[in-house]
Amino acid sequence: MARNLVGFLVLVLAISICEAASIFQPISESHRSAALELFTPTDGSFGSLEETYEALRTFGILGIQKKPHIGTGSCQSVSETLGSSSSTTKDLFFALKVNSILECKIDEAIFQEITSRLKAVVNDGNSLLDFYYSISSLALIKDQNSKVDVLLGDADGIFRSIKALSQSDGRWRYSSSNPESSTYAAGLALEALAGVMSLASSEIDHSLIDTLKNDIVKLFDSIEKYDDGSFYFDEKLVDAREHHGPLSTTSAVIRGLTAFASLTSGTITLSGNKILGLAKFFLGIGIPGNSKDFFNQIDSLACLESNRISVPLILSLPATVLSLTKKDQLKVKVNTVLGSSAPPLTVKLMQAFISGSKDSSVIESQELGFDPENAVHILDVLPKSVDVGNYIFVFEIVLHDSVDKKIYTTGGQTQVPLFVTGVVKIDNAEIAVLDSDLGSIETQKKIDLAGETSVSLSANHLQKLRLSFQLTTPRGKFFKPHQVFLKLRHETEVEHIFVVGNSGKQFEIILDFLGLVEKFFYLSGRYDIQLTVGDAVMENSILRAVGHVELDLPEAPEKAPRPPARPVDPYSRYGPKAEITHIFRAPEKRPPKELSLAFLGLTLLPFVGFFIGLLRIGVNLKNFPTLAVPATFAILFHLGIAAVILLYVLFWLKWDLFTTLKTLGFLGAFLMFVGHRTLSHLASTSAKLKST
Amino acid sequence: MRSASEHDKVEGFPVHFALNLVLVSSESRSKVLLAMARSTSKDAQALLHSFRSAYAATPTNLKIIDLYVGFAVFTALIQIAYIAIVGSFPFNAFLSGLLSCIGTAVLAVCLRIQVNRENKEFKDLPPERAFADFVLCNLVLHLVIMNFLG
Repeated sequence: MARNLVGFLVLVLAISICEAASIFQPISESHRSAALELFTPTDGSFGSLEETYEALRTFGILGIQKKPHIGTGSCQSVSETLGSSSSTTKDLFFALKVNSILECKIDEAIFQEITSRLKAVVNDGNSLLDFYYSISSLALIKDQNSKVDVLLGDADGIFRSIKALSQSDGRWRYSSSNPESSTYAAGLALEALAGVMSLASSEIDHSLIDTLKNDIVKLFDSIEKYDDGSFYFDEKLVDAREHHGPLSTTSAVIRGLTAFASLTSGTITLSGNKILGLAKFFLGIGIPGNSKDFFNQIDSLACLESNRISVPLILSLPATVLSLTKKDQLKVKVNTVLGSSAPPLTVKLMQAFISGSKDSSVIESQELGFDPENAVHILDVLPKSVDVGNYIFVFEIVLHDSVDKKIYTTGGQTQVPLFVTGVVKIDNAEIAVLDSDLGSIETQKKIDLAGETSVSLSANHLQKLRLSFQLTTPRGKFFKPHQVFLKLRHETEVEHIFVVGNSGKQFEIILDFLGLVEKFFYLSGRYDIQLTVGDAVMENSILRAVGHVELDLPEAPEKAPRPPARPVDPYSRYGPKAEITHIFRAPEKRPPKELSLAFLGLTLLPFVGFFIGLLRIGVNLKNFPTLAVPATFAILFHLGIAAVILLYVLFWLKWDLFTTLKTLGFLGAFLMFVGHRTLSHLASTSAKLKST
Repeated sequence: MRSASEHDKVEGFPVHFALNLVLVSSESRSKVLLAMARSTSKDAQALLHSFRSAYAATPTNLKIIDLYVGFAVFTALIQIAYIAIVGSFPFNAFLSGLLSCIGTAVLAVCLRIQVNRENKEFKDLPPERAFADFVLCNLVLHLVIMNFLG
């Protein structure tokens, strides 16, 4: 029975420590420098009024002095927007936000005009965004100019109309016509309702406020969680128009929640753990990459810093690696999210256990001393029971003042991962060659792994090589490092790696060469010995050449496996290759020019011979038509043939087939016609001759 | 012929008389061969003479065509001699040159066949028409040749 109870308690303890250990750091100098980099003004302004407001608010929270010439440029844009009658409520809202930071000089008349416009929107409004922008603008005017009357007459009615858009799960719709609800809208609605409460001329009905508190509790039921203990809100339905990721959704909810909480006198029943979780979500982002995320982070943290529900206190460690050799002290800081000092409190170190093990704590619960100068809690000396290794330390914050317990939330026990490093002693290092069957030592040499020693041994395949050493932690206990390797490297760069086993403090490896002959590919020769002992918490990890051993192995039989090929030098394989010079085809041997010209002349000879032959035969032109018309045709016929021959010569010299064919078409048609006339005339004359 | 029978007679005698008759036969053989050559040349001369006289009777236009064919073939022969000397490097040029000569020679031969009045097959074809075909085919041939010449 008792054993079951103990087991159950252990289970419960294990579940409660189920949260992963992680460290959150409050806002620091790195955020300030990142802000200056992200929010860089272009041409003296940050862009739109929304971006200007985000930049100015971030600078204000982080305590960065803004440049004066930005102020004048923005003020001008603010007064333009406020004075123009075409500005939307969203523009007015952001202009007033900027004005609240810069305090530009705006005429009262303008405020009056804007107030009347905004009141009209409030009374007629039916969408959440209308309500939000107009009510928030009126609240801002109230702070900036006390003479203008901004109070709302029918505060209850407006409260109810905003409340009407809420859903049963605590989320809000944007308008009555749109059934989609979102958590982001819930944040806006809370802020708007807080604005209504601040602008009400008469007290708002308490029952309405109570229902709103219930809505907030229901909204927090839909909160989501990460393993490291951060809580956040996310949208269930992805709205394509304007997607709000977890960061902007959560910051909207926090703005609304803290605005509402600052105005209610009663308490909202929300666990401090959830507020702390929300703070951890924002701190866990680190330094965001774009200005919008940065603004959301810083603005939400500023809201959480001074909220009326519970202010989260963040426990952080400036150093998570402690060295036993340097006798580092364990230092812990407790701050608010923006890095301001915490109320008087004590930090207790409750437990410390090796991470990943199921052992109990190695230390007893103790308190850390407080150094008021640096505002840091210090544990002077690490207990003797803390050896080198990877630990999880469990802290608890105890507030001194009981009043503070209602204001602040500490989150119970915080787990923090820590490394404790130290120098691990390596001694009694020996290397020996043993005879296999008898186990007797042939050669034994001591190695000094701290200094420079190089042993040279020789062995044959019937012997064994033994390497042994001892590892002791600073506290005198045995230590098993992550890496204990023995590497034997042959002259041909073939390597073999062995893991050195241990029994307690003694690490020993025996290489039996008889069994390793095949693994070594029967390669005899000089093997370099290299020992590696390393661990993350070991300050003196070693990677040392111990010496060499001349191994005499038998000849390789026929079927023995060959050693792997030498690794190719990557530069030779992937480097540039030799340049390829293109070998052009050797041009054909051409005959000498004179020979070709001689033959050209020879080719023309038969043509000359033809003409001479014609003359010898007694060729005459008697049959050439003498009458005018046939004569013309005959001449044209001959000219046509000559033209075609000329066309062919041109074709050979420079034209292409298409132009040639085109011209040939025309010429051919002409030639046909003319030839037909001529030849038919000739035929008719010869026919007349025959008949007569 | 007389020489053949005499040859047979010489072969018919027994061998032991051959030595005496060898000298006699070799002498007579050379005499026989000389006689043969003389008669062959005489026949060839007679053939050539008869051809020349017959050729003189052909009409002039056919003679022109024959001359043209001879000129084309001659040109082809010169081209072949050239390529035998220098090798066939621009082969397409060689081919086009050669084929233009041969092609035009062939067309001229066709023209000769069609124009020859003694050829009964083409009695109804007017020679002008044949000439027009010849010109047209030549033009087409030379277009192709020019294209192939490169």
